[in-house]
Amino acid sequence: MLSTFFAVLRRDLLLAWRGRADVMVTLAFFVIVVCLFPFGVGAEPNLLRAIAPGVLWVAALLACLLSLHRLFAQDYADGTLEQLLLSSEPAVLWVLAKILAFWLTTGLPVVVVAPGLGLLLDLEQGALPVLVLSLALGTPILALLGAVGAALTLGVRGGGMLLALLILPLFVPVLIFGAGAVEAEASGTGALAHLLLLGGGLAGALALAPIACAASLRISTE
Amino acid sequence: MASGSIDQDNRMNPSPRGPSVLRFAAPQNFYPLAGRLAPWFAVTAAVLTLIGLWLAFFVAPVDATQGNVYRVIFIHVPAAWMSMFIYLVMAFWSAVGLVMNTRLSFVMSQALAPTGAMFCFVALWTGALWGRPTWGAYWVWDARLTSQLLLLFLYFGFIALTRAIEDPRRGDRAGAIIALVGAVNVPVIYFSVKWWNTLHQGASVSLTKAPSMASTMLMGMLVLAFASWAYTLAVTLWRVRPMILERERHTEWVGAVLDREGGRK
Repeated sequence: MLSTFFAVLRRDLLLAWRGRADVMVTLAFFVIVVCLFPFGVGAEPNLLRAIAPGVLWVAALLACLLSLHRLFAQDYADGTLEQLLLSSEPAVLWVLAKILAFWLTTGLPVVVVAPGLGLLLDLEQGALPVLVLSLALGTPILALLGAVGAALTLGVRGGGMLLALLILPLFVPVLIFGAGAVEAEASGTGALAHLLLLGGGLAGALALAPIACAASLRISTE
Repeated sequence: MASGSIDQDNRMNPSPRGPSVLRFAAPQNFYPLAGRLAPWFAVTAAVLTLIGLWLAFFVAPVDATQGNVYRVIFIHVPAAWMSMFIYLVMAFWSAVGLVMNTRLSFVMSQALAPTGAMFCFVALWTGALWGRPTWGAYWVWDARLTSQLLLLFLYFGFIALTRAIEDPRRGDRAGAIIALVGAVNVPVIYFSVKWWNTLHQGASVSLTKAPSMASTMLMGMLVLAFASWAYTLAVTLWRVRPMILERERHTEWVGAVLDREGGRK
């Protein structure tokens, strides 16, 4: 069973590696969105420091949203998805592998780059580890929830906008606790509660989202 | 016959012998029932609305601190209740549809959605009008307002998804999944937003402690809440009927219904 998981994971990572440009575009998008804010609100360091956690988190969320269509679209178009669904392997397993590969290629780069951008926005250095940790716990939740939306909107007209409408409301709690963790750390109240809640959310999403996602894929391909 | 499900049984046999209530899970039995019940609920809604508005504007006393402004509560609170309740009912029918594979359940949940979204919007709108004189702002980023706004987005997402998918079978199931995912998330959203920021006054009505308002006020609110229920039922049943006809248009009974109703004109 685990061999399926690793086979799908390896395949998706390999595909992502062959199409490195796509991955870089997501990352570039994240960086550019964050860099736009000082132009919009002014380069006042105090203001930038205050909005930094929210800006970084919203940008990470949008980067995840815009790359979600890549998760299943290609496999849907060339029929791989149908073959996977027809196989006797449990769908939850390879769905999870695909989501993990997706996170490794879009979420992880964002997590790695975020502290540098935090410095651009004059975020306190003490809050940077919390920023990394909150993104590392939160972006997988975004990928898991987003995968359900991506599966439901496969091949639907106006899919991109629809996907945003479907899943952005569901992202709100992640945004609140993710950005809240960084803010709490920067203001000195400690981020532990936020991080624990994010961790709990990740555990919950990890248990439920792959099931919903597998069911959604079945519905979308039948 | 013994192994066939009730739904299957009904489809083949116009006068089924299954349990009497489950009989109405079959579209051709539910269609005339909905047509018969809807006017009654509509009349009930109209009468209760008149009684409720009379209680609200002529019987209920002026509030000690808020003056007459508080009277928006008679629309605001029932609308907010209904918007949340309808989402739960939608999720319930979605779950029933997914588990039992009954076509009517999906139709029900899709017929409920526009009314739920409407109540959600009314609650936000009246809340804004109420907030201006009491808080000094039309909108504050408070937990209950924000989660109500997100609930409106969940309704929009559900409606948009079910309308965007051409194949009704796929649309039904996709909508049901997103309704269930939303229902799981509603408490998460509510508590996260609540923790994020809270300014809204505590719940005005609670079952455990004595109500903090005059009994005529409570009476008016409850009457209007029941009026909203009756209205929701009437509108939903009316909305269900053409949806059933559209989906079952290939069947004989729909042809018969169309002949009959078309000939009446």
